Amino acid sequence: MSVITYRQALRDTLRSEMHRDENVLLLGEEIGVFEGSYKITEGLLKEFGERRVRDTPIAEEGFVGAAIGAAMLGLRPVVELMTINFSLIAIDQIINHAAKIYGMFGGQTSVPMVIRTPGGGGQQLGATHSQNIELFYSFIPGLKVLAPSTPAEAAAMLRAAIRDDDPVLFLENLGLYNTKGEVPDEEVVAEIGRAAVTREGTDITLIGYSRMAAVTTRVAERLAEQGISVEVVDLRSLRPLDRETIVESVKRTGCAVIAEDDWLTYGIGAEIAASIQEGAFDYLDAPVRRVAMAEVPMPYAKPLETAAMPSAESITTVIHETLSAVGRRVG
Amino acid sequence: MSDSTAHEEPELIQLLTPEGEFVQHPDYPLDITPEEVRGLYRDLVLVRRVDAEAVALQRQGELGLWASLLGQEAAQIGSGRALRPNDMAFPSYRDHGVAWCRGVDHKQLLGMFRGVTNGGWDPAEHGFHLYAIVIGSQTLHATGYAMGVQRDGAVGEDGTAVITYFGDGATSQGDTNEAFNFAAVNNAPIVFFCQNNQWAISEPLERQSRAPIYRRAAGFGFPGVRVDGNDVLACLAVTRKALRNAREGQGPTLVEAFTYRMGAHTTSDDPSRYRPSAETEEWKLKDPISRVWSYLAANDLADDAFFAAVDAEAEELGERVRRDCRALPDPAPLDIFNEVYAEPHTHLERQRAEFADYLASFEGAEGVVR
Repeated sequence: MSVITYRQALRDTLRSEMHRDENVLLLGEEIGVFEGSYKITEGLLKEFGERRVRDTPIAEEGFVGAAIGAAMLGLRPVVELMTINFSLIAIDQIINHAAKIYGMFGGQTSVPMVIRTPGGGGQQLGATHSQNIELFYSFIPGLKVLAPSTPAEAAAMLRAAIRDDDPVLFLENLGLYNTKGEVPDEEVVAEIGRAAVTREGTDITLIGYSRMAAVTTRVAERLAEQGISVEVVDLRSLRPLDRETIVESVKRTGCAVIAEDDWLTYGIGAEIAASIQEGAFDYLDAPVRRVAMAEVPMPYAKPLETAAMPSAESITTVIHETLSAVGRRVG
Repeated sequence: MSDSTAHEEPELIQLLTPEGEFVQHPDYPLDITPEEVRGLYRDLVLVRRVDAEAVALQRQGELGLWASLLGQEAAQIGSGRALRPNDMAFPSYRDHGVAWCRGVDHKQLLGMFRGVTNGGWDPAEHGFHLYAIVIGSQTLHATGYAMGVQRDGAVGEDGTAVITYFGDGATSQGDTNEAFNFAAVNNAPIVFFCQNNQWAISEPLERQSRAPIYRRAAGFGFPGVRVDGNDVLACLAVTRKALRNAREGQGPTLVEAFTYRMGAHTTSDDPSRYRPSAETEEWKLKDPISRVWSYLAANDLADDAFFAAVDAEAEELGERVRRDCRALPDPAPLDIFNEVYAEPHTHLERQRAEFADYLASFEGAEGVVR
């Protein structure tokens, strides 16, 4: 067990998977000589050479499409999109090709590729560079979408994504890259499609993923000091979505709050809330509440950006409101 | 139209004139036996017959759609016969002639257009991928595949060259232009084979490209060549050379096969609404099959018995195509879940189970559920 950053966990995993399987190769903008815009691929060009680490022109549709072709040959390309915002330029290749080639080609050709890309916000990158649009991909049959929140999960899930025979959108987060955590020394391969109860509790279920999973954990710790027992569910996989784990948790606690770093209307939380009412309607003591970003293009000015994003405080407020609606005296 | 830059016809590589006269080209010498030419003639006649049957089957309601290759047989057979078994083709949806050359059974093509399968052939076995439907998308897949071939060192005399087929319409797409650029900077072993059939549905070439298509390659830094797309021998010679260059590490070539779509874009449109009939009449004189017939007949390279045998084979094939098409079995409803993911997926398993229960709830459902 060692304590490393989320960034280091990703880098170590890419490296060990490249050593394990000759067919794993990296493509993306600025990943080689520049070692990655967020330094995930630091040292990898030097270690593996251009044959395995390919810098590409600034053409996301182009290199995602080329990676699909490489995957159709049987290689296992891991593509880095500088941020998920740039996936919009490649969206036809992702949605119409990566996700559909297996089916439209009659199951003859799978597309074993990974698209690694950070979502974010909170970095003052402005409206076009701060969006969290993982929903687009989570909506699409044929894709898998993973969203790890800790260094250990980042390693185990990236390993699983690379070894999976289907195309995986692997969602990282700018706000998580420097976070630290324990990572086991042995190679753990995550099971794709499993949420985790990362903290057990009895009063309320608090659901998040990616950066929000980290925030919800902090919220739960703080509320514990006030005698409120929060059960935290980290979705980990947005597609497939582990409805069972969510529903079982809500059956135990009787109420739920969802924290999401995307926009409220039609967001990931809407799907979670629908799943809860379908699976645990009779167990609910209060309406399911969602905490999300303000529905505005992300502002550039720091105070405005902060105001637009969900925070530990806004989540805490909604938890108090929900518990008060339940009418349960807690703490 | 004749004053449009895109329609100038300089440097059109032609080995067989529309009248059937064979003329060697200094850059593309072709050493070909009479037997091989007869083989090409047979290919041309038979794929035209499969195509005609498919159009008729669509009119009879047996196929949902068909994209006719009528007029483009030489471009497809010439280039398709230039491929070696190790080579890999990434086609578009009209490339039935290339499919023929790669040994794909007509039942598998018909199954797709009938909608009973998503294409049943193994691309690795045939060196021929499944049809791309989104315009130009396959050029990038082919480029990535070729970069992979290059990375694996599968080049050289016995190596793999990649060819991708697309139309003039696809040259307007970003994907295709990005593929040109990626292939160029990586010196990928690929041939871009553009069948310029003059029309992107109802959009004529002069509204798609100001420069002749083959000249675009120069801007990306690789050779481009315009070949008479209705000349099967020229298409064979030019593609063969381009494939050899790719294998030998000389990078990509853009081949513009200058041809004409004699039929509709697909069975769902009527070209008489947007295309002058005089133009079609003019192209009839450049028919890809009649010039091979003239060449063989005028030079005593084939006798009446040969032509009669090919006609009889076409008749027999046509009958088989009709019979095979109607005999294709419908898929079972639960098949919708079969080919979404290569690996097990919890959402799908749940949906499949729910749908199976639903189907089983009908009286006498045994015949429905599979």
